[in-house]
Amino acid sequence: MVFEYAPAPESRSVVDIRGSYGLFIDGEFVDGHGEPFKTINPADEAVLADVACADEADVDRAVKAARIAFERVWGPMPGAERAKYLYRIARIIQERSRELAVLESIDNGKPIRESRDVDVPLVAAWFFYYAGWADKLGHAGFGPDPKPVGVAGQVIPWNFPLLMLAWKIAPALACGNTVVLKPAETTPLTALLFADICRQADLPPGVVNIITGAGDTGRALVAHPGIDKVAFTGSTDIGRQIARTLAGTGKKLTLELGGKAANIVYADAALDQAVEGIVNGIFFNQGHVCCAGSRLLVQESVAEEVLERLKARMATLRVGDPLDKNTDIGAINSAAQLDKIRELSAASEQEGAGRWSPPCQLPDRGFWFAPTVFTGVAQSHRIAREEIFGPVLSVLTFRTPEEAVTKANNTPYGLSAGIWTEKGSQILWTAQRLRAGVVWANTFNKFDPASPFGGYKESGFGREGGRHGLEAYLNV
Amino acid sequence: MTVTELQGFLHGLPGVDQVGAEERAARLASRSIKTSAKAEAIDLAISMVDLTTLEGADTAGKVRALCAKAAHPDPSDPSVPKVAAVCVYPDMVEVAVRSLEGTGIGVASVATAFPSGRAPLEAKLADTRAAVAAGASEIDMVIDRGAFLSGDYGTVFEQIVAVKDACGDAHLKVILETGELVTYDNVRRASWLAMRAGADFIKTSTGKVSPAATLPVTLVMLEAVRDYRAATGRQVGVKPAGGIRTTKDAIKYLVLVNETAGPDWLTPHWFRLGASSVLNDLLMQRRKLSTGVYSGPDYFTLD
Amino acid sequence: MSERMTDRLAVRKTYKLYIGGAFPRSESGRSYPVTDTKDRFLANASHASRKDVRDAVTAARKAFGGWSGRTAYNRAQILYRIAEMLEGRRDQFITELRHTGASKTQAATEVDAAIDRWVWYAGWADKITTVTGAANPVSGPYFNFSTPEPTGVVAVVAPDSPLLGLVSVIAPAIVTGNTTIVIASEPAPLPAITLAEVLATSDLPGGVINILTGHRTELAPWLASHMDVNAIDLTGVAHEDRRDLEETAAGNLKRVHHPATTDWADDPGTARMTAFLETKTVWHPVGV
Repeated sequence: MVFEYAPAPESRSVVDIRGSYGLFIDGEFVDGHGEPFKTINPADEAVLADVACADEADVDRAVKAARIAFERVWGPMPGAERAKYLYRIARIIQERSRELAVLESIDNGKPIRESRDVDVPLVAAWFFYYAGWADKLGHAGFGPDPKPVGVAGQVIPWNFPLLMLAWKIAPALACGNTVVLKPAETTPLTALLFADICRQADLPPGVVNIITGAGDTGRALVAHPGIDKVAFTGSTDIGRQIARTLAGTGKKLTLELGGKAANIVYADAALDQAVEGIVNGIFFNQGHVCCAGSRLLVQESVAEEVLERLKARMATLRVGDPLDKNTDIGAINSAAQLDKIRELSAASEQEGAGRWSPPCQLPDRGFWFAPTVFTGVAQSHRIAREEIFGPVLSVLTFRTPEEAVTKANNTPYGLSAGIWTEKGSQILWTAQRLRAGVVWANTFNKFDPASPFGGYKESGFGREGGRHGLEAYLNV
Repeated sequence: MTVTELQGFLHGLPGVDQVGAEERAARLASRSIKTSAKAEAIDLAISMVDLTTLEGADTAGKVRALCAKAAHPDPSDPSVPKVAAVCVYPDMVEVAVRSLEGTGIGVASVATAFPSGRAPLEAKLADTRAAVAAGASEIDMVIDRGAFLSGDYGTVFEQIVAVKDACGDAHLKVILETGELVTYDNVRRASWLAMRAGADFIKTSTGKVSPAATLPVTLVMLEAVRDYRAATGRQVGVKPAGGIRTTKDAIKYLVLVNETAGPDWLTPHWFRLGASSVLNDLLMQRRKLSTGVYSGPDYFTLD
Repeated sequence: MSERMTDRLAVRKTYKLYIGGAFPRSESGRSYPVTDTKDRFLANASHASRKDVRDAVTAARKAFGGWSGRTAYNRAQILYRIAEMLEGRRDQFITELRHTGASKTQAATEVDAAIDRWVWYAGWADKITTVTGAANPVSGPYFNFSTPEPTGVVAVVAPDSPLLGLVSVIAPAIVTGNTTIVIASEPAPLPAITLAEVLATSDLPGGVINILTGHRTELAPWLASHMDVNAIDLTGVAHEDRRDLEETAAGNLKRVHHPATTDWADDPGTARMTAFLETKTVWHPVGV
């Protein structure tokens, strides 16, 4: 029989979206002086709110507020007291978790199951983890009394809006820095809700400043002379621009950029779990993941079998309303991103790769892309080289472990990789040779505040998470 | 096939990563089945129940009461489907067969020195023949876990073949007793072993060993029947048994079937729930859906 | 260079480049005169070109897999061997340093410090992972560990401290498994080439350290822009030239190191090693 799951929408009533939002500077919401912009729900293109845009003067105000807060309040504050603020924030995030999850799904398009079970719990965990470091920095291996850097300018992407905020703000604050953070223009709402959480936590004004806007705002922030450290997560092209902007300034910079991860499946893998790992690797968060396993490298002797199982599994993926608790794949975040995915997919078809998607009904309104797999992809195809940042998997094959590693490393990126084999020594052999900052063996897309994350080569530099994540925010 | 080939085959099956399998089962368990889907799932689950009593204290009276419940789970509501089968010890088969005459409900009997299986093969076969002779339409045998764990797959295989032969027309469910096999790799191997030896169904547990059925164990068994059909064309059923107590539990198993083996298995013919107490919870939830009011245990029969 | 004897003419050394374990002349055929502090001619140093940069990067990349794949213990042995070989040539280096203006005592102190620095870094080979790696207690059934790995091919613009400064920038880069292209001090390049003779006899695989002499301002931009170079150390670059090189280095997001301090007598710390290390984190489920 056919077992249809009835719609199971999460209630929107838990969130209260205001008509318009200002900038959060020095503990207050204030008007911006740029042209306000609209943020929309990518699942139905409905306008959610008008959002202020920070111009250079607004950026300057935010940086000044952060400087004063750094010098007068946050910098001199004992680590143990900073820790308690961060613990308090972590607790409020847990208390308001449903609200954050629903708002994230509405503004971003990601399935509620992910924002509820992955994003928001990790956000709380991140603050909880770094809170504990605030009064233990002398034990972190950076000298007996490491000092904060000062004011951090942070620019984050739209794929994990609140989680990326946590990755940036939690370690910065724990180390005694103050921050000016710019969320992505398509997903500003949870950052602005976080501003409210800062107020509920009585965080001193100016310690966290949230400024909204698009590329110009971001450029003004990273170029501002009052910023001591820049942290950016986003595309490799923008990362390059920022590195050029900061050239010769001596300012600290960490970049977490693009990727084209290889997910290597050896013939002896636990195939059912490998198929889950492939699915999780590329379809998690609509493939809007810098570390997505977008290149499946499968050993030729099991390629057919893996592909068959993969297709059967893909046919069970549920694409649709992000707020439906049974949705596996939500909406593409923006029209612009959808265009990119379509363009690269079309190019791949022209290059001769075989395209397949399971039958699935996509909603009429909003931005949608069916889960897609390309077979017969060669290393020379654009889709095997360029980051697609969408639910699109390229399948390549290999014959020997050496060939797998060579192909996996044959990219300017080096963020992540996956290995599937039941042979322990082969895991370690492969992991040693992969030029990537995160290697998931017999699992994929796992994140934890205790675990350093970041790339090799053009995937950027610096690490976020763990003890390593402190270094970017300490004057060492 | 020689014993060596059998061993080579079983050890050549892809491994099961425990963490990955449990994660997958947990994720499927988080599906939200509401309203019309829930109503449909509850009726389906009721129709899949093997209503079971396997106590030393079982009497004819107890079995008759159970059979009455099986045919009319909720006497006040004739739209409630009947269960799939009643599951009893061999000496109670006759009582059950008589009680269920004309209902279309099957009589399953555990056999082969259930639950331990620690008896000579002849005794196990006699046990089976007696149950079949008394009218059992389904036999739930146990495998020799000791032989399996010692690597003596040949013995396990031959015993299943012999019991299958003794079953005649009765369907054979092979109980793996996964709680004693412990690892998912063993569960997968035992599933294939049982299927290749002729099992019509593979069943998780006797209910006498903890843990009994779990979602990840059932997931691994559903993968096995799916792959076995893909390889041979023959479809084998799955029956988790023991530990399924609530409607929520039952629905999680249905989701697991739906998204692992697929809709072909979503019938009482190919999927059963070995349970007893779950039935009243299913009835209670069913009434909540139809009346909108939470019900209580006093409104459903305890048999 | 050596003292003129009355009875015979001394045999001079030709100072060439050190690329891939060999001593080629610059492909450009160019050289430039090197003089001592009193402007007396010492030797003609090779004046490397962009093509020599290219060849050196190729050699460094080729050597990377093998060098980074050696055991840390083996790298330690080789670095210690370099110290042994340097010790054996102590007097030669003292003489060379005196030509750069050092007094006899200063020269001896610097050579000794350079030898000791190799020894210090040799010992780090099998300890840096312990100090900078970690087993991370993640919230779930996973074993998670982080280890440092070499960044890859590192370009080094060496400072003018012709031996101690040079050793202090090379040793920390290679001890962890990186391979290097080094632009030697422009005014005092000769000790670098003599050091290459030490390296060539120390079991160090060819290509792990490649030494170029010539004009920094000519060579550094080629290294900064080279897409197969993973990191660049700007220690020997004049402050006003850093900005352009850093902008160029952003082309492939090179790791750029530009330390503030340059007192080579100081305790070096670990910063020069960690500057050219990547952290790799590996996850694996824990189950049966």
